[in-house]
Amino acid sequence: MLHNEMVMDGRDRLNAVFGALADPTRRAILVRLAEGDANVAQLNAPFRVSQPAISRHLKVLEAAGLVSRSRRATERLSHLEAEPLREATSWLARYQAYWDESHERLDALLVALRAVEEERNP
Amino acid sequence: MATTTITAEPGVPYIDITREFDAPRDLLFRTFTEPELIAQWLGPRKYTIDIDRYEVRDGGVWRFLHRGEDGSAHGFHGVFHGTPTPDGILRTFEYEGAPGHVALESVVFEERDGRTLVREHSVYQSVFDRDAMVESGMEGGVLEGFARLDELISRLAAPVA
Repeated sequence: MLHNEMVMDGRDRLNAVFGALADPTRRAILVRLAEGDANVAQLNAPFRVSQPAISRHLKVLEAAGLVSRSRRATERLSHLEAEPLREATSWLARYQAYWDESHERLDALLVALRAVEEERNP
Repeated sequence: MATTTITAEPGVPYIDITREFDAPRDLLFRTFTEPELIAQWLGPRKYTIDIDRYEVRDGGVWRFLHRGEDGSAHGFHGVFHGTPTPDGILRTFEYEGAPGHVALESVVFEERDGRTLVREHSVYQSVFDRDAMVESGMEGGVLEGFARLDELISRLAAPVA
Protein backbone atom coordinates (compact mmCIF):
# COMPACT_ATOMS: atom_id res chain seq x y z
CA MET A 1 0.00 0.00 0.00
CA LEU A 2 2.78 2.34 0.91
CA HIS A 3 4.28 1.72 -2.51
CA ASN A 4 0.98 2.61 -4.15
CA GLU A 5 0.69 5.80 -2.15
CA MET A 6 4.17 6.77 -3.19
CA VAL A 7 3.33 6.09 -6.82
CA MET A 8 0.18 8.18 -6.49
CA ASP A 9 2.10 11.00 -4.84
CA GLY A 10 4.54 10.97 -7.71
CA ARG A 11 1.75 11.05 -10.25
CA ASP A 12 -0.06 13.88 -8.48
CA ARG A 13 3.12 15.89 -8.34
CA LEU A 14 3.77 15.23 -12.00
CA ASN A 15 0.20 16.27 -12.84
CA ALA A 16 0.77 19.50 -10.92
CA VAL A 17 3.98 20.09 -12.86
CA PHE A 18 2.31 19.51 -16.20
CA GLY A 19 -0.67 21.63 -15.21
CA ALA A 20 1.70 24.45 -14.31
CA LEU A 21 3.56 24.09 -17.60
CA ALA A 22 0.36 24.17 -19.67
CA ASP A 23 0.22 27.98 -19.55
CA PRO A 24 2.41 30.10 -21.88
CA THR A 25 2.89 32.89 -19.32
CA ARG A 26 4.09 30.41 -16.71
CA ARG A 27 6.47 28.80 -19.21
CA ALA A 28 7.84 32.26 -20.01
CA ILE A 29 8.31 32.94 -16.29
CA LEU A 30 10.33 29.72 -15.96
CA VAL A 31 12.46 30.64 -18.95
CA ARG A 32 13.15 34.05 -17.34
CA LEU A 33 14.01 32.43 -14.00
CA ALA A 34 16.44 30.09 -15.76
CA GLU A 35 18.55 33.22 -16.26
CA GLY A 36 18.49 34.04 -12.55
CA ASP A 37 16.28 34.86 -9.57
CA ALA A 38 13.83 37.74 -10.01
CA ASN A 39 11.21 39.72 -8.11
CA VAL A 40 7.60 40.13 -9.22
CA ALA A 41 8.20 43.50 -10.89
CA GLN A 42 11.07 42.06 -12.96
CA LEU A 43 8.97 39.06 -13.91
CA ASN A 44 6.01 41.23 -14.80
CA ALA A 45 7.98 43.51 -17.15
CA PRO A 46 7.62 41.51 -20.40
CA PHE A 47 3.91 40.78 -19.94
CA ARG A 48 0.74 42.77 -20.50
CA VAL A 49 -0.78 41.48 -17.29
CA SER A 50 -0.99 42.90 -13.79
CA GLN A 51 1.44 42.09 -11.01
CA PRO A 52 -1.30 40.28 -9.06
CA ALA A 53 -1.78 38.07 -12.14
CA ILE A 54 1.93 37.27 -12.14
CA SER A 55 1.71 36.53 -8.41
CA ARG A 56 -1.09 34.07 -9.08
CA HIS A 57 1.02 32.33 -11.72
CA LEU A 58 3.92 32.18 -9.26
CA LYS A 59 1.67 30.50 -6.69
CA VAL A 60 0.76 27.79 -9.22
CA LEU A 61 4.44 27.28 -10.05
CA GLU A 62 5.30 27.20 -6.35
CA ALA A 63 2.59 24.61 -5.63
CA ALA A 64 4.04 22.41 -8.38
CA GLY A 65 7.49 22.71 -6.83
CA LEU A 66 8.89 24.47 -9.88
CA VAL A 67 9.61 27.73 -8.10
CA SER A 68 10.68 28.57 -4.56
CA ARG A 69 10.42 32.06 -3.05
CA SER A 70 12.62 33.77 -0.53
CA ARG A 71 12.85 37.20 1.09
CA ARG A 72 15.90 39.38 0.75
CA ALA A 73 15.40 42.59 2.71
CA THR A 74 11.97 43.80 1.53
CA GLU A 75 12.25 41.97 -1.76
CA ARG A 76 10.63 38.65 -2.47
CA LEU A 77 12.66 36.68 -5.01
CA SER A 78 11.51 33.73 -7.07
CA HIS A 79 13.94 30.92 -7.81
CA LEU A 80 13.64 28.16 -10.40
CA GLU A 81 13.59 24.60 -9.06
CA ALA A 82 14.67 22.54 -12.05
CA GLU A 83 14.43 19.03 -10.58
CA PRO A 84 10.64 18.46 -11.03
CA LEU A 85 11.02 19.65 -14.61
CA ARG A 86 13.77 17.13 -15.28
CA GLU A 87 11.59 14.38 -13.82
CA ALA A 88 8.64 15.39 -15.97
CA THR A 89 10.65 15.50 -19.14
CA SER A 90 12.25 12.12 -18.55
CA TRP A 91 8.75 10.54 -18.48
CA LEU A 92 7.78 12.38 -21.61
CA ALA A 93 11.11 11.59 -23.21
CA ARG A 94 10.55 7.84 -22.88
CA TYR A 95 7.21 7.95 -24.67
CA GLN A 96 8.62 10.28 -27.30
CA ALA A 97 11.60 7.94 -27.76
CA TYR A 98 9.29 4.98 -28.42
CA TRP A 99 7.61 6.80 -31.31
CA ASP A 100 10.73 8.55 -32.60
CA GLU A 101 12.53 5.24 -32.96
CA SER A 102 9.48 3.50 -34.48
CA HIS A 103 9.01 6.27 -37.02
CA GLU A 104 12.68 6.34 -37.98
CA ARG A 105 12.47 2.60 -38.61
CA LEU A 106 9.34 3.26 -40.70
CA ASP A 107 11.23 5.87 -42.75
CA ALA A 108 13.85 3.25 -43.59
CA LEU A 109 11.22 0.63 -44.40
CA LEU A 110 9.41 3.05 -46.74
CA VAL A 111 12.66 3.74 -48.62
CA ALA A 112 13.15 0.00 -49.09
CA LEU A 113 9.54 -0.55 -50.21
CA ARG A 114 9.74 2.30 -52.72
CA ALA A 115 12.94 0.82 -54.17
CA VAL A 116 11.19 -2.52 -54.62
CA GLU A 117 8.21 -0.84 -56.31
CA GLU A 118 10.51 1.05 -58.70
CA GLU A 119 12.25 -2.18 -59.67
CA ARG A 120 8.91 -3.75 -60.48
CA ASN A 121 7.54 -0.73 -62.39
CA PRO A 122 10.55 1.09 -63.83
CA MET B 1 14.49 14.81 -40.78
CA ALA B 2 10.79 14.76 -40.00
CA THR B 3 9.84 14.95 -36.36
CA THR B 4 7.16 13.15 -34.40
CA THR B 5 4.82 15.48 -32.54
CA ILE B 6 3.06 14.10 -29.50
CA THR B 7 0.39 16.18 -27.80
CA ALA B 8 -1.45 15.30 -24.60
CA GLU B 9 -3.05 18.35 -23.08
CA PRO B 10 -3.92 18.38 -19.40
CA GLY B 11 -7.58 17.85 -18.55
CA VAL B 12 -8.62 16.03 -21.74
CA PRO B 13 -8.16 12.27 -22.27
CA TYR B 14 -6.53 12.44 -25.69
CA ILE B 15 -3.18 11.64 -27.20
CA ASP B 16 -2.36 13.03 -30.64
CA ILE B 17 0.64 11.84 -32.60
CA THR B 18 1.51 13.37 -35.99
CA ARG B 19 4.37 12.58 -38.32
CA GLU B 20 5.13 13.24 -42.00
CA PHE B 21 6.67 10.54 -44.20
CA ASP B 22 8.29 10.73 -47.62
CA ALA B 23 5.98 8.22 -49.30
CA PRO B 24 2.52 8.10 -50.86
CA ARG B 25 -0.34 7.21 -48.56
CA ASP B 26 -1.10 3.84 -50.17
CA LEU B 27 2.37 2.71 -49.12
CA LEU B 28 1.91 4.12 -45.61
CA PHE B 29 -1.37 2.25 -45.39
CA ARG B 30 0.42 -1.00 -46.19
CA THR B 31 2.98 -0.43 -43.42
CA PHE B 32 0.10 0.05 -40.96
CA THR B 33 -1.90 -3.01 -42.01
CA GLU B 34 0.43 -5.78 -43.29
CA PRO B 35 1.78 -7.77 -40.32
CA GLU B 36 5.15 -8.55 -41.92
CA LEU B 37 5.67 -4.81 -42.52
CA ILE B 38 4.39 -3.69 -39.11
CA ALA B 39 6.88 -6.06 -37.48
CA GLN B 40 9.71 -4.19 -39.19
CA TRP B 41 9.03 -0.82 -37.61
CA LEU B 42 6.63 -0.74 -34.66
CA GLY B 43 8.43 -0.28 -31.36
CA PRO B 44 12.06 0.30 -30.43
CA ARG B 45 14.68 -2.11 -31.78
CA LYS B 46 15.32 -3.52 -28.32
CA TYR B 47 11.88 -5.18 -28.43
CA THR B 48 10.95 -8.03 -30.68
CA ILE B 49 7.36 -7.93 -31.82
CA ASP B 50 5.13 -10.97 -32.23
CA ILE B 51 2.03 -10.27 -34.28
CA ASP B 52 -0.59 -12.72 -33.14
CA ARG B 53 -3.58 -11.58 -35.24
CA TYR B 54 -4.12 -8.77 -37.72
CA GLU B 55 -7.54 -9.17 -39.34
CA VAL B 56 -7.84 -6.01 -41.42
CA ARG B 57 -11.62 -5.86 -41.86
CA ASP B 58 -14.70 -4.53 -40.07
CA GLY B 59 -14.85 -6.37 -36.74
CA GLY B 60 -11.44 -7.97 -37.28
CA VAL B 61 -9.19 -8.51 -34.26
CA TRP B 62 -5.60 -7.29 -33.99
CA ARG B 63 -3.14 -8.38 -31.31
CA PHE B 64 0.62 -8.13 -30.85
CA LEU B 65 3.20 -8.64 -28.12
CA HIS B 66 6.32 -6.60 -27.42
CA ARG B 67 9.01 -8.88 -25.94
CA GLY B 68 11.95 -7.39 -24.07
CA GLU B 69 15.46 -8.84 -23.81
CA ASP B 70 14.72 -9.75 -20.18
CA GLY B 71 11.89 -12.05 -21.27
CA SER B 72 9.13 -9.61 -20.34
CA ALA B 73 6.13 -9.44 -22.67
CA HIS B 74 3.56 -6.68 -23.13
CA GLY B 75 0.41 -7.56 -25.06
CA PHE B 76 -1.89 -5.12 -26.87
CA HIS B 77 -5.09 -5.88 -28.74
CA GLY B 78 -8.27 -4.40 -30.17
CA VAL B 79 -10.85 -4.54 -32.91
CA PHE B 80 -11.16 -2.70 -36.23
CA HIS B 81 -14.37 -0.68 -36.61
CA GLY B 82 -15.26 -0.30 -40.27
CA THR B 83 -13.01 -1.56 -43.04
CA PRO B 84 -9.55 0.04 -42.83
CA THR B 85 -8.69 1.97 -46.01
CA PRO B 86 -6.00 4.48 -47.02
CA ASP B 87 -8.54 7.14 -45.98
CA GLY B 88 -8.32 5.99 -42.41
CA ILE B 89 -8.36 3.34 -39.74
CA LEU B 90 -10.65 3.25 -36.71
CA ARG B 91 -9.83 0.73 -34.01
CA THR B 92 -9.98 0.05 -30.30
CA PHE B 93 -6.77 -0.29 -28.29
CA GLU B 94 -6.25 -2.11 -25.01
CA TYR B 95 -3.06 -2.79 -23.07
CA GLU B 96 -3.35 -6.26 -21.59
CA GLY B 97 -1.55 -5.09 -18.44
CA ALA B 98 -4.56 -2.84 -17.72
CA PRO B 99 -7.65 -4.70 -18.97
CA GLY B 100 -10.82 -2.69 -19.43
CA HIS B 101 -9.05 0.62 -20.02
CA VAL B 102 -9.92 0.64 -23.70
CA ALA B 103 -9.13 3.55 -26.00
CA LEU B 104 -10.62 4.43 -29.40
CA GLU B 105 -7.98 5.32 -31.98
CA SER B 106 -8.27 6.86 -35.42
CA VAL B 107 -5.43 7.02 -37.93
CA VAL B 108 -5.72 9.21 -41.03
CA PHE B 109 -3.30 9.49 -43.94
CA GLU B 110 -3.14 12.85 -45.72
CA GLU B 111 -1.10 12.85 -48.92
CA ARG B 112 0.34 16.03 -50.38
CA ASP B 113 2.98 16.23 -53.15
CA GLY B 114 3.90 12.59 -52.69
CA ARG B 115 4.41 12.98 -48.94
CA THR B 116 1.98 11.72 -46.34
CA LEU B 117 1.03 13.20 -42.99
CA VAL B 118 -0.11 10.52 -40.54
CA ARG B 119 -2.36 11.70 -37.70
CA GLU B 120 -3.21 9.38 -34.84
CA HIS B 121 -5.86 10.49 -32.36
CA SER B 122 -6.52 8.36 -29.27
CA VAL B 123 -9.46 8.89 -26.93
CA TYR B 124 -9.31 7.31 -23.47
CA GLN B 125 -12.19 6.92 -21.05
CA SER B 126 -10.61 9.41 -18.64
CA VAL B 127 -7.46 11.48 -18.16
CA PHE B 128 -6.45 9.02 -15.45
CA ASP B 129 -6.84 6.12 -17.91
CA ARG B 130 -4.69 7.85 -20.45
CA ASP B 131 -1.92 8.54 -17.97
CA ALA B 132 -2.12 5.08 -16.40
CA MET B 133 -1.97 3.32 -19.77
CA VAL B 134 1.07 5.22 -20.85
CA GLU B 135 2.72 4.70 -17.49
CA SER B 136 2.25 0.94 -17.48
CA GLY B 137 2.54 0.21 -21.17
CA MET B 138 5.41 2.43 -22.10
CA GLU B 139 8.01 1.63 -19.45
CA GLY B 140 6.56 3.98 -16.89
CA GLY B 141 5.84 7.58 -17.54
CA VAL B 142 2.84 9.84 -17.27
CA LEU B 143 2.57 11.35 -20.66
CA GLU B 144 1.93 14.99 -21.19
CA GLY B 145 3.24 17.07 -24.04
CA PHE B 146 3.24 20.76 -24.63
CA ALA B 147 3.88 22.73 -27.75
CA ARG B 148 6.90 24.63 -26.53
CA LEU B 149 8.10 22.41 -23.75
CA ASP B 150 11.05 21.17 -25.81
CA GLU B 151 12.26 24.70 -26.32
CA LEU B 152 11.97 25.41 -22.62
CA ILE B 153 13.77 22.21 -21.71
CA SER B 154 16.67 22.91 -24.00
CA ARG B 155 17.07 26.34 -22.40
CA LEU B 156 16.96 24.74 -18.95
CA ALA B 157 19.35 21.96 -19.89
CA ALA B 158 22.30 23.91 -18.54
CA PRO B 159 22.66 23.59 -14.74
CA VAL B 160 20.86 26.39 -12.95
CA ALA B 161 23.10 28.45 -10.71
